[in-house]
Amino acid sequence: MKQRLDGRKFDEVRPVIAKVGIVKNAIGSAMFQIGKTRAIAAVYGPRELYPRFLQNPEKGLLRCNYNMLPFSGTNGGRIRPGGNRRAKEIGLVTQKALLPALDLSEFPNAVVDVFIEIEQSDAGTRCAGICAASMALAHAGFQMKDLVSAISVGIVDNEIIADIDYKEEHYPEFAKEEIKSEYSTDIPVAMMSNLDKFTLLQLDGRAKSDELKKSLEMAKKACQDIYEIQKKALKQAYEVQK
Amino acid sequence: MTITKNHIIKLIKQNVRLDGRKNDEYRKPITVELGVTEGAEGSARVIIGDTEVVVGVKMEIMSPYPDSPDQGTIMVGAELIPFASPDYESGPPSIKAIELARVIDRGVRESKCLDFKSMCIKSGEKVWVCAIDIIPINAAGNMFDAGAIGALAALMDTRLPALEEKDGMYKINYEGERTEKIKLNNQPISCTVLKIGDNFVVDPLPEEEEIYDARLTVAVDESGDICAMQKGGDHALSADEIMKMVELASKKCGELRKFLPKK
Repeated sequence: MKQRLDGRKFDEVRPVIAKVGIVKNAIGSAMFQIGKTRAIAAVYGPRELYPRFLQNPEKGLLRCNYNMLPFSGTNGGRIRPGGNRRAKEIGLVTQKALLPALDLSEFPNAVVDVFIEIEQSDAGTRCAGICAASMALAHAGFQMKDLVSAISVGIVDNEIIADIDYKEEHYPEFAKEEIKSEYSTDIPVAMMSNLDKFTLLQLDGRAKSDELKKSLEMAKKACQDIYEIQKKALKQAYEVQK
Repeated sequence: MTITKNHIIKLIKQNVRLDGRKNDEYRKPITVELGVTEGAEGSARVIIGDTEVVVGVKMEIMSPYPDSPDQGTIMVGAELIPFASPDYESGPPSIKAIELARVIDRGVRESKCLDFKSMCIKSGEKVWVCAIDIIPINAAGNMFDAGAIGALAALMDTRLPALEEKDGMYKINYEGERTEKIKLNNQPISCTVLKIGDNFVVDPLPEEEEIYDARLTVAVDESGDICAMQKGGDHALSADEIMKMVELASKKCGELRKFLPKK
């Protein structure tokens, strides 16, 4: 790969827009858009958890729900509503990505619900969802050790690139130059930038260990940039209107 | 509950609502924005007061129904996602969501705003199906009217995706350029009137939706004719009351129409 399909630099992420306070009914909410991918998140709770056997007397439960809206696909037809295995798994890894940053010990037996809806998708939806959810939790006022930022790094045609999009995920199909490798590797990563720790790591494709190392470094840099944008959006919500 | 109910009824008798409005007044602001999501072939965001709804249209192709081989069709879905309100729950569509989708479906279908015959690609083989999905972002009352105006606005925004034919097989290229706007022959809009005690109110708040006696949703087309109705609620209505509610709904539909984007 000599050049990315949309002309970005290898370590360049798509333009990011972030905003908090988009759902009045929720106690915390946020929108996070990266390129064409747009996620919105709403937080409800802490509220009573049913069925009761799920209750934990030591701390509150974080429940994450990920869903793609029926008309969110920019590269295909309608997405049939209702849960599927993919959405369930993403809900799970999202919960695991957010938990290390969150302290719910003040809310025994309760549940905090995070609902993530994908309004528009062009790859990287779970990462955008995690970014939005983390901002929504902070907006709701929960105690957090850090904000969670997420990005998907790719290894496409032997080149490490930040913020892989749909066409790069399917590179052999869209390549305009001769390709050297059939593989398009997708590595979604979430991290707490201040604590310098990863909370989500998935990989599908193929990577050599030195490529993985470089990918994580690239993710780290991208997450730091995203963290600044998230922080700015949160601060903006509390700025006094002049 | 009873305390709130008595309070609401008392206020409404004096032509005042919980938020200070008059009985026949819609909340402000009302906005209708088109083209709000790129994934959809047509989309709209509707805001009525605190209520916010996004509607998206996806165009697909399918084999026609055997009894109408030369006609396309529509499919309306509404998801009352727990994202939009603490009162909504996850899981399969609730009866509320199904009623909402079906009432809006009838408004679009019966007004004949879409010419199903023009949605035929090849008779007996392939027709267009127009899937309209209604998603609340913030559910704060009156999903019926917000959803219906959103469905119409999203249809006004809809352009057909590129259709490719190869050896008699049809395929949609969703990444290709959308060109042709779908033709709308009519513009149905709906207004929901609640009967609370002996009074009628429009644009209900969630608290009013909890306690009303009867509900009437009236879809009215461009000419002012009624094209769909649905009564809800546990109490009966007299013919006189029905006519009063229809009259109020028709008048309000005329006012709502002004918020639609210009053709």
